[in-house]
Amino acid sequence: MSITLSGADWLHLFLHYVSLSLLAVGGAITTAPDMHRYLVDQQHWLTDAQFSASIAIAQAAPGPNVLFIALFGWHVGLNAGGLGTGLLGMAMSLVGILLPSTTLTWLAARWGQRNRELRAVRAFKQGMAPIVVALLVATSWILATGNQARLQDWPLWLLTAASALLVWRTRIHLLWLLGAGALLGALGWL
Amino acid sequence: MSSLPQGAAATPAEPRAQPQSLTDLFVSFTLLALQGFGGVLAVVQRELVEKKRWMTREEFVEEWAVAQIMPGPNVVNLALMIGDRYFGLRGALAALAGIMAAPTFVVFGLVLLYSQYAGSPMVAGALRGMGAVAAGLIAATGFKLFGALRKHPLGVPVCLFFGALCFVAVALLRLPLVYVLLVLGGLCCVLTYRRLAP
Repeated sequence: MSITLSGADWLHLFLHYVSLSLLAVGGAITTAPDMHRYLVDQQHWLTDAQFSASIAIAQAAPGPNVLFIALFGWHVGLNAGGLGTGLLGMAMSLVGILLPSTTLTWLAARWGQRNRELRAVRAFKQGMAPIVVALLVATSWILATGNQARLQDWPLWLLTAASALLVWRTRIHLLWLLGAGALLGALGWL
Repeated sequence: MSSLPQGAAATPAEPRAQPQSLTDLFVSFTLLALQGFGGVLAVVQRELVEKKRWMTREEFVEEWAVAQIMPGPNVVNLALMIGDRYFGLRGALAALAGIMAAPTFVVFGLVLLYSQYAGSPMVAGALRGMGAVAAGLIAATGFKLFGALRKHPLGVPVCLFFGALCFVAVALLRLPLVYVLLVLGGLCCVLTYRRLAP
């Protein structure tokens, strides 16, 4: 896939991350559905396969899962040119998604600590809970079905459901599951 | 550990364990991030509370609640807040750098490896499989957090209602997140505010 990004496009990409940063309540992964809508469906800067691979690689690697955002940027930059634009996309995405949220967190953490008994603080904290939980399930749905739900993808759905059940109900190490998924896929069973 | 007498907080406590320097903070968070496959939270709790004893379990839960409320990656927020607590802004930056720098290189290495073999049907298949598992992990996190809604001021049925609306809006209708958060999230917060005792 090859695309052309103008300076305005880069700015647009950066500003989209900046605006999503403050909406990422409940973790960066909750912005994944919006990232898919924007990067894949609307702008066509990223393929569905690159989108899923970015999340899969970031989940398989150690460290915060937010690194999938860096990989989106890397792939967009790669589609727009080569190594240089890839690194630019990576840096831009990470700075964009982290700068507003970390600044706000730093400023708010002390204030929140001092005022944690305040009714408004508790209402915000608890009020967002149902939305945050639902966003996680929605993210999983979008990852499992991709752009359109296809019936012949049923083995993938089964694997998603099985790993969800295992992680939810048992203490199995995540690496075993990721390894099993990789093996099943490499053998061509999915 | 939990058998401290009531007045213990008032008497001068024995010197608490804490990071010795910015370097200590940076290295600690780097090592911790590199252990966290599929999510760092469990490792953070084990290392900082149980091994290093920089904070008690209670302090950890309090900080984690704030890290979760604030936008942005929860674990990144947590690192920032812990670093800030010991060394101010410089500590926050050191902890942030620690949790991000090394994992970024690892992920970058993995993606370069991936692009070498992206054409191979085996690698494509393996990533499809890992992607399906990753989707499952995220759903499981959602299911686990669902337990936290049991004591929600709005009650479980109202929570389910808003959760279902949010799922339909985001997963099925693919509406932009900002409107969903402002409208549904805002409504939830206002309703919760009215339920909470003043």
